[in-house]
Amino acid sequence: MTAALEAHGVALSFGETPALRGADLTVAAGEIVAVMGPSGSGKSTLLHCLAGILVPDAGEIRVLGERIDRLSEARRSELRRDRFGFVFQFGQLVPELTAEENVALPLLLSGVRREPALRRAREWFGRLGLDGLERRRSGELSGGQAQRVALARGLVGDPAVLFADEPTGALDSLTGEQVMELLVDSARTQGATVVLVTHDARVAAYTDREIMVRDGRVTTPAVAT
Amino acid sequence: MSVPLTLLGLLERQPSHGYDLKRDYDLWFGHGRALPFGQVYSTLARLARDGKVVMDEVTPGEGPERKRYVITEVGATEVDTWLTEPVAPEPHQQTVLFAKVVLALMLDRPAEEYLDTQRRAHLARMRELTEVKRGGGLVDGLLADHGLFHLEADLRWIDTTSARLDQLRAQVKP
Repeated sequence: MTAALEAHGVALSFGETPALRGADLTVAAGEIVAVMGPSGSGKSTLLHCLAGILVPDAGEIRVLGERIDRLSEARRSELRRDRFGFVFQFGQLVPELTAEENVALPLLLSGVRREPALRRAREWFGRLGLDGLERRRSGELSGGQAQRVALARGLVGDPAVLFADEPTGALDSLTGEQVMELLVDSARTQGATVVLVTHDARVAAYTDREIMVRDGRVTTPAVAT
Repeated sequence: MSVPLTLLGLLERQPSHGYDLKRDYDLWFGHGRALPFGQVYSTLARLARDGKVVMDEVTPGEGPERKRYVITEVGATEVDTWLTEPVAPEPHQQTVLFAKVVLALMLDRPAEEYLDTQRRAHLARMRELTEVKRGGGLVDGLLADHGLFHLEADLRWIDTTSARLDQLRAQVKP
């Protein structure tokens, strides 16, 4: 098994409050996993540590074989930009930009020129059923459309790992399922590893397996895939 | 709801007379439907026949003799297997799950681990149904949805119970 992500003994406190107390997990390359657990269990903090957004107080995190918990902020920022994709609960599209500019954003930030970046961005509109919406701004999109644009933005850079935090949390059940179908199919086509935080069992059922977090620890037995 | 296994589980706490078993069964698992005495004694007779319980003393009384039942090694193993294995993830299993959780707490077994195992079994079944939905037509999809929504309700119950185990333990084992 080639591991895309490995965490050993990851601990992180916010002030006096421990959020993670020694979390361990391994995610294989190409695997799609759901991180689940009660509110306050540490699941989002774990995702942020794996994605190099937060630095743990203790423990090791390896992403694609590279230990990231010791990297400088600048190097972690590069990694997030070049190797990771992100989808958040409320899309978090830039309201001043059109949908296609939002999708192209990671490419533009990586130094791709505007025209080729927009061309690559537009390819995603057909794939995700968004034809005709390229020039709309986020305020002119429905919740499901905005989240599909956010998904395209997460995947346009061909990331090795896509991190998704409650990507369907703001959508109704049917729209959420459509987004999950597209997320899983697109990630599989691209061979991306996906780590998805959700409290919704129906969303988790689209993934390969679940990782349960409770009181800052992973309670699911390790599964070799 | 498995009456024989639940009675066996109650017997694992301590040797008991049929009357005490019925009282505890009705209190914890009857949900307003008392277990008839006839069913208690016929179940105990079958359990004795199968070597899962034995009688350790018979007390003569004014009415019928009072028999005290003790669980055997075979019976205890059966309770252990039943508690450890997840229930087949189908809808409407809450009463069986509830009985398992209460008994696990009464017997100082790891109720939280049982619930985790059950959660995994439920999610595994939800994955199968999701695959059916993704690969099939509308009718298959709607039937799969029916199962998924019920399993999801079970899971929410599992999560709620899991969060309240300490409170429940304090009630069932004061």
